[in-house]
Order: sequence, then structure tokens, then C-alpha cells
Amino acid sequence: MSIAAALSQGAEEGPVGGAPAAAATKPARSGAYLMLLPGLAYLVVFFVLPVFSLLATSLYVPAPGGDIGQFVPAFHWQNYVTSLQEFWPQTVRSFVFALIATIAALVIGYPIAYVIAVRARGRTFLQGMLLVLLVAPFFTSFILRTIAWRQILADDSFVVHAMKWLHLLPSDGRLTATAFAVVAGLTYNFLPFMALPIYASLERMDSRLLEAGGDLYANGPTTFWRVTLPLSMPGVVSGTLLTFIPASGDYVNAVLLGNPTSTAMVGQIIDSRFFVVNDYPTASVLSVVLMVAILILVGLYVRRAGTEDLL
Amino acid sequence: MGVTTNGSETGADLELIRVTKDFGTFTAVDDLTLTIPSGSFFALLGPSGCGKTTTLRMVAGLERPSAGQIRIGGKDITATKAYQRPVNTVFQSYALFPHLTVLENVAFGLRRSGAKDALAKAGNGLDLVELRHLADRKPSQLSGGQQQRVALARALVNNPAVLLLDEPLGALDLKLRRQMQVELKRIQTEVGLTFVHVTHDQEEAMTMADTVAVMNAGRVEQMGPPAELYELPRTAFVANFLGQSNLLAGTVVEQGEVLGVDVAGTRIQVPAARAVSHAGSVLVGVRPEKVMILTERDPLPPGCNVLGPGTVVDVSFSGVSTQYQVMLPGLGTFGVFVQNLVGGATVAWGDTVRLAWQAGFTFGLDGGDDVSSGALELDGVA
Repeated sequence: MSIAAALSQGAEEGPVGGAPAAAATKPARSGAYLMLLPGLAYLVVFFVLPVFSLLATSLYVPAPGGDIGQFVPAFHWQNYVTSLQEFWPQTVRSFVFALIATIAALVIGYPIAYVIAVRARGRTFLQGMLLVLLVAPFFTSFILRTIAWRQILADDSFVVHAMKWLHLLPSDGRLTATAFAVVAGLTYNFLPFMALPIYASLERMDSRLLEAGGDLYANGPTTFWRVTLPLSMPGVVSGTLLTFIPASGDYVNAVLLGNPTSTAMVGQIIDSRFFVVNDYPTASVLSVVLMVAILILVGLYVRRAGTEDLL
Repeated sequence: MGVTTNGSETGADLELIRVTKDFGTFTAVDDLTLTIPSGSFFALLGPSGCGKTTTLRMVAGLERPSAGQIRIGGKDITATKAYQRPVNTVFQSYALFPHLTVLENVAFGLRRSGAKDALAKAGNGLDLVELRHLADRKPSQLSGGQQQRVALARALVNNPAVLLLDEPLGALDLKLRRQMQVELKRIQTEVGLTFVHVTHDQEEAMTMADTVAVMNAGRVEQMGPPAELYELPRTAFVANFLGQSNLLAGTVVEQGEVLGVDVAGTRIQVPAARAVSHAGSVLVGVRPEKVMILTERDPLPPGCNVLGPGTVVDVSFSGVSTQYQVMLPGLGTFGVFVQNLVGGATVAWGDTVRLAWQAGFTFGLDGGDDVSSGALELDGVA
């Protein structure tokens, strides 16, 4: 009897199973569950409990007569109303910035992935070099790279000079501390997370399918639209998720490249509510809202993109 | 007829004029000139690396010739792209689109060429290969044979001027391959399109094609109807690659209607019309099934070439026939196929026998040919 058959038999018969095979597999199965315990314990302590704590904190009220930062447990759901009334622009802005950055990263990242996976196919050295270049930024810290972008976008930088010369920017315009800078930073920082999954799915694609497209009267663009793009959709879906989710919660780019008023993102508010003002309930409310909104948006997106339908 | 036309140039000859394809220093196709008449079932047969697939890919527009011209119906298509050519291919790997259903795969070309009722026509195409009931499946849910038929339908529905088949049956098991050979031939007769079939399987080529071109090292060695190629090979490569042959080196000692060739002291008669060269050193050949085995007591039949005596060194019984290997001193081993008419082997291992065949079955090749060229690719009994 094969191991798989023995296992399934064991599963059907359960603990009362009289067959020797079922009895033999029982210790192995409980052993497998035992091995899950450390991971489960870790998740309970560092994920499940903090989430409960976060939900609870979001409903706390200030301690009567207490100091700043002193709160008592309560069920004050009005926290959600007041917090959102105050901070809805930052919350909405976060998603708008994340969406623009995701689209920009897709537009920039897809051709990069395509060149590495399809055009450089068969040229192993070139492919390897391009991949190294793509992931090279990871060798430096995220913060350092973002600080470097302040120099790149500074008022006397070549980028600004060039854009003024091309009349893309008015002569008194600037990039520092603008929404453009924040979105550009987000796009840059999450670009590899977009390009790599797309690369992975294009790499798997059989290039003979492209020949078949040409053979069946589809020109280059049509073959791309009808064959290449649909086949790379799993990569596009994971790339957009890997970009959109962290970008909507990001505050490093907003803090370092933006200004505190017109480009503030919700991550920045959570950070300042928590660490500067010690307003824990508001910080928790915004965290919960961010989390739930991402879950809903991602759920709708994945359902619509229907990954299981793509391959 | 299950396929409706979409107005492409059915009934156009395919011409290759002095086509050459170099890959770096390697010449895959060497100055090839071919005319494939419209409506024919044409096979390009040869061992791997002989340039047959490259030839096909140049016709499809997937490779660009280094020199020469390709024409369909007199129109030069050499410079056009694959998607502009009235040609469709059944790929060796099938290359079905994994993200589309079977029906959408078949409709792909029809939609691109803007055919009306693409789905209805695709459905008819599926009828032709008897797979309509699987229209909504994905290719990954089909067996190899079914995928092969979808690939065929996908190419056929476009009613191309030329349908190219690149070793389409290579991935199928033997039984399914035989079945598909018959089916392909039926479909070709039914739709009347020009089929160009690339294969390394000589039996497949002979079973299906009206005309076979045997390719070797980028050139066509010989071209003609299968029976003609088999009965009268013009090079040692063809004699060995298409079926099996017994080839012996000799010298022409007598000219005339019938050449007299001296083979290690024995006079062999070759009709001059069946000989490539008529003087000097030549190769004489005969197919194994034309040879009779004679024991000491048998009388010599008239009009025959006779060799021997020799010793039977191998007997393999294969049901329909028995294959003998006879060792002829000074000449080497001779293969003989005997139809199993009387039941069981007629002679046994170690017997001393003579070999005879009607002189008219002998063919003569150029003495410069390599006796063993093309023989390595033999896969089993012809």
C-alpha cells in the first residue's frame, strides 16, 4: 500500500481504525502537528494577541483626570467616527498614492521583466546581470535610498534643472516636498516587488506560444495582448499586491520626501499619533481602518482578477 | 467538408527557389529548390539536423532565409512576417494557448483575420477532428492525442494556402500515431489543402505523403512518390534511410541495356535505366524482401542475380515475415526478408545457402557514395 493511500485510509477511519496501516500512521500524523506548535505559538503571541490588543485599544477612552497617554478600557466606538472625521483625507490620500505608485511601477516594471525574461532568454549571463541590477538596490537600506532621493529631487539637482529646461516644471516649481516626490519614491522603492513576480511568470512562458500567435495571424502587439499578457497575469496580480499593500501603509516616503500637510499619508499620522501625541486609540483606529480597507480592496481585486481562471 | 473558407489563396503552389539558411558557420539549408504543387500531401523526410524543420520554419515565416526566395501562388513572401502569410503550422509541441479554452484556441486565428462567426467556424473545425464535446476544456485537461487534434483543428480552420506539420505525431505513442496517420490523410483528402509534413519517420512519410523529399545535410537527396523512392533510390543515403538495402561495391565491366557489374568475382546484372552511373566503380543494391533464399538443392531461377554460397548467421521471426542475415565470404552480411507463407523459417541458423533476385530489381548507385550513409538512423524493420 502506498503511503498516500495509507494516510487517506487513516484519515477516513479516524482514531478507531483497526487496520495496522492506519495505526502505523497515527504517530506520524500527531508528530506533524507537534511540529506546527512552535510556529502557532509564535503567531499567537506576536500576531493574534497584538491584533486583539489593537482592536481593544481603538475603543479606549482617556482616563478621567489622567495624564496624557493614560487610557482606560471602554467600548467607545465613536472613536472611529471622530478619527475618520479628522483624518479621512490622509487615509484616502494613502490609497490614492499607493494606487498611482502601483500603476507607475507596473508600467515601468513590466517592460523590465519582459526584457529580462523574454528578450534575454537563452543569454544566461545577460539575464543574470540584469536580475542582479534589478535587486541591487536591496543591498542598501530602504531609508538610505529614500534619503538619496531627496538629493535627486532637490531644487538644484539635475533632474529639476532638466525638467525646467524641458518646460515640464515651471521656472519657480520644485519637486521636494511635493506629492510627486512621495509617489516617485513609493514607485522606486517597490519597483522590484512588481518586476520580480512578473519576471517569474514570463520566464515560465513557453516562447513557442509567441510563434504560434504569429503563425495565427496575430502581429506583435496583438500577440502581446492576447498571449503574453494573459499568461503573465499571475505575476501582475502578485506584483500589484506586493506593491499596493506595503505602499498604502508606508510612511517613510511621505516623511522623507513629502511635507507634513498636503502629502501626509495615514502611516505618518499613525506614527505621530502614537509616538508624538501618545493618542493610542486614534492610532489604533487608523491602523484597523487601514488593515480592513486593504483586506477589502485586495479581496475585491483578487476576485476580479480571478487568478484561478488565468491558468 | 467541415471547414468553410475565409478567402485565403487555396490552390496555390509553394515554391522555394535557391533557399539557403546559415546559422553562423553552420549551413542548415543549402541552396534548396522545391516546388510543392497545390493540394498535395508533401513530406520532408530526414534525420534530425538535416534542415527539414528549418525549411518548414522559413515557410512559416519564423526564420528568415539567408538567401533565396519563397513564393506562394507565384507571390514572393520572403520578406513578409509570419502573421502576414497564408500559412498555418501544427507545432511539434502543439503550442496550444494554456489560458484559452479549446474552442478559443481554435478560434484564435479566425478572430485575428476578422472572420465572421469565428466561434461557429471553430466549432466546425472541432467537428472535423471529432472533439466538439471538449470545446470548453482547457488544453491541460486533454490527453496528448487530443491536444494534437486541437492543434490540427486550430491550423485547419484558417483554410491556409499551405498547412505545415512539424513532426506532429512525434510525441504520441505508436498505436495512436498509426491512428493519427490515417486520420491526417483522411482530413487532407477531405479539405484538399496543401500539407507539408516534416518527419524523421520514414514509414510515416511513405504512408501519408503523395510526394516525399528525402533531405540530408541541408539538401534534397531525392524526391518523388514513396513507391518510386523505395524501389529506385538514387543515393546510398536514400537506399539506407528509406527502408533497408543491401549495397555492394563493384566495377562496371559490360555496357549496354543491362550493365554487367563485377562484384568480388561475381557478375551482377543491373538495368542501365536503374543505374545512376554507367561506368567505373558503382554500388549495386537490392531491397531485402526482393531476395530469395535458395538451398543447395533448389534450381537457379532464370534472369536472376545469384550470390553465394554463404552462411545463415541470424534468423529473427517477426510474425508476418522472417528476417535472415546471411554471411557471404568476401562481401559481408546480406539481409533477406521472407514472407511467412509456409509457416516457420525455411532455413536454419548455420545452413549454407545461395541468394538470388530478379535482375530487374537491382539498382545502381554512384561508386563514390558512402555505403553506410543513412543507415544509422534506421529504426527497426521496415
